[in-house]
Amino acid sequence: MSHPVLRVQGLGHRFEGARDGAWAVREAGFELHPGEVLAIVGESGSGKSTLLNCIAGRLAPAEGQVLYRCRDDREIDVHRVGERERRELSRTEWGFVEQQAHEGLRMNVSAGANVGERLMGQGERRYAALRDTATRWLARVELDPARLDDSPREFSGGMRQRLQIARNLVTRPRLVLMDEPTSGLDVSVQARLLDLIRLLVGRLHLSAIVVTHDLGVARLLAHRTLVMRQGRIVEQGLTDRVFDDPQHPYTQLLVSSVVSA
Amino acid sequence: MNGYNFAYLDEGTKRMIRRALLKAVAVPGHQVPFGSREMPLAYGWGTGGIQVTAAVIGQADVLKVIDQGSDDTTNAVNIRRFFARTTGGRTTERTAEATIIQTRHRIPERPLTEAQILVYQVPQPEPLYKLEARRRETLKLHAFAEYGLMNVKLYEDIAQWGRIDTTYDYPVLVNGRYVMSPSPIPSFDNPKMHRMPALQLFGAGREKRLYAIPPWTDVKSLDFDDHPFRIEPQGHACALCGCTASYLDEILMEDGRTQWTCSDTDHCREQQENRA
Amino acid sequence: MNPVLDIDGVRKRFTLHLRDGLQLPVLDGVSLQVGAGECVALVGPSGRGKSTLMKCLYGSYAVDEGSLWLHRASGERIDLARAEPRQVLALRRREIAYVSQFLRSLPRQPALDVVAERILEADPADPETDADPLDDTPYLAALEAARAQAGALLARLNLPEGLWGLPPATFSGGEQQRVNIARGFIEPARLLLLDEPTASLDAANRRVVIELIQEARRRGSAIVGIFHDEEVRDAVATRRFDFTES
Repeated sequence: MSHPVLRVQGLGHRFEGARDGAWAVREAGFELHPGEVLAIVGESGSGKSTLLNCIAGRLAPAEGQVLYRCRDDREIDVHRVGERERRELSRTEWGFVEQQAHEGLRMNVSAGANVGERLMGQGERRYAALRDTATRWLARVELDPARLDDSPREFSGGMRQRLQIARNLVTRPRLVLMDEPTSGLDVSVQARLLDLIRLLVGRLHLSAIVVTHDLGVARLLAHRTLVMRQGRIVEQGLTDRVFDDPQHPYTQLLVSSVVSA
Repeated sequence: MNGYNFAYLDEGTKRMIRRALLKAVAVPGHQVPFGSREMPLAYGWGTGGIQVTAAVIGQADVLKVIDQGSDDTTNAVNIRRFFARTTGGRTTERTAEATIIQTRHRIPERPLTEAQILVYQVPQPEPLYKLEARRRETLKLHAFAEYGLMNVKLYEDIAQWGRIDTTYDYPVLVNGRYVMSPSPIPSFDNPKMHRMPALQLFGAGREKRLYAIPPWTDVKSLDFDDHPFRIEPQGHACALCGCTASYLDEILMEDGRTQWTCSDTDHCREQQENRA
Repeated sequence: MNPVLDIDGVRKRFTLHLRDGLQLPVLDGVSLQVGAGECVALVGPSGRGKSTLMKCLYGSYAVDEGSLWLHRASGERIDLARAEPRQVLALRRREIAYVSQFLRSLPRQPALDVVAERILEADPADPETDADPLDDTPYLAALEAARAQAGALLARLNLPEGLWGLPPATFSGGEQQRVNIARGFIEPARLLLLDEPTASLDAANRRVVIELIQEARRRGSAIVGIFHDEEVRDAVATRRFDFTES
């Protein structure tokens, strides 16, 4: 079998000045293989977003490592390489879809510029090529290509998320991290966005980690699921196994709490 | 000299500014912070330029001060007088005679020499400011040479206007490494910066930063391969001297007509003399 | 005989933490071997663990003790009870198919694609050769071919063509069941798990399912099934395994 794309080992983080010295994440460990989608589910305060931020290199963990296998097959410790390399990886090999689209987009430039920025950063010097690529990616995320020059401020929430996805995928990242990508959107908009994410992850052979509090999102998108509670991973496994045959008391509680439509 | 130190600033301050300038010259286009002092004029009127000039001017220097190409605006006149009083030195309106030229928003038409220093007044030294206001972030962008964002600005211009519409303060790449704001000079003037024999110094007083381009340095205006940097011809001749190659100001006359004249008044005078 | 499936001493209990840790033992040392071409019918009263065993084989349920050895076509064997999630996923793509009583499909996927996707999953595109993510041509070609195959099977199961473009959620029980069956049988599988495959079907379609099972047997699949319909059971089962005693 091929190497994992990501190995998280003994990861722990505590925020300075935290009440009772509480750990936001403790002893988190898992692997992610190429083409796998992993959901991290948990309620507020479970530590899932903190874990994601540690993985993304945005937060330096107090303990443990995040090991990432680059495109050139080197495995690096995300928090040991220099900031320059981390920044470059986050623009080329990684993607991060923010919960709030306006935090992941440049709201004061056009949709086309948003999609093209990473390419410009990589040295693309032809305006026509940038435009062409951006147009194709808008179509790919089911946005109207005629809106290439529109500002994201004129887009609805669901459209902004689609734009964010395009902006991240344009450099064909190997690893995409998503923090509650559909929360806050109308149910039907959520549904179509999830379908899009599922399609793209499959088409682009992406490895992805999706943080969500919504078990339905995990079921739809993820091959594997981690359940977090109070900073710890209490259960992990095949998504359908975790939800159909939950072993841990908390997972059983979570599953039984879901109201079915 | 009326109780002021030579060129107004104390020697300690001048030394501090000179050190910063040396660093700036050593790293072309890189913004160097400096301890900008209170100067006897308001921010936005050239305090940075004045401090740079004050740090480099000597008794033998001849100073010219222009504002949008003209020696006789209020601002230019006041700065010239300021240095005359605090140095006792010579001032001039002729580019050919000056050893130091302090300028706001223009580069003189006459090619400068290795014996001259051009000091620019800079309001906002950060070329990425409009797209990224956080200084912490722009510091990193410059440090890591992450200039994709600069191209975003140019892309937006072309997308909106069909061409790069930045008509002044057009960003440049200096010595192949740092992206720099040339100050609000018209993009018409950008080519003059490339491999200029004179030393170019830039002072931003309110923002407390200075930077420099040593003589004979490559300065390239940013562009795209399929939208190269170009100067749009203005399509007029100077009404006073007939020149078509200089940068012209459009002036509204009292009778409602417009007239195009050379922005660089010294250049215009020289052209007129040559024709006579 | 080299069995395809070797179930050895499997035990499983459910622990209901929400009911103070109440334990429900369901499988208590089940052992069973199934060879290629065999169709073993699990018989016994409901609630004895038949469906549970199927889900353990598919990986949807965890196993507490014992082994579920699958002998793969390559010759190597793997214990499904202990397999890594990605191994189970790989097996589900090609070697194990599961037809349950309830169709679980993606909410907005048309019936034809529910079946066609199984074909595409079994032969995933190589990320290395799939160079341009913006060029859908090879993918669409594969999708069209898969849809053609899927349509043929749906037609055989008498699912009206007008329904093929609709998501099955709105279908009747029998219509959903036919989509379920098509998805289970469209790709030859080494291990076929059938949990009440003919529920909600009329006589004609039951016969089609019987044919499909026979064809799968002839191809060498090992089949484990739960058939409450005695006519179907008698027609397809080569053996019975009684859950009443275990």
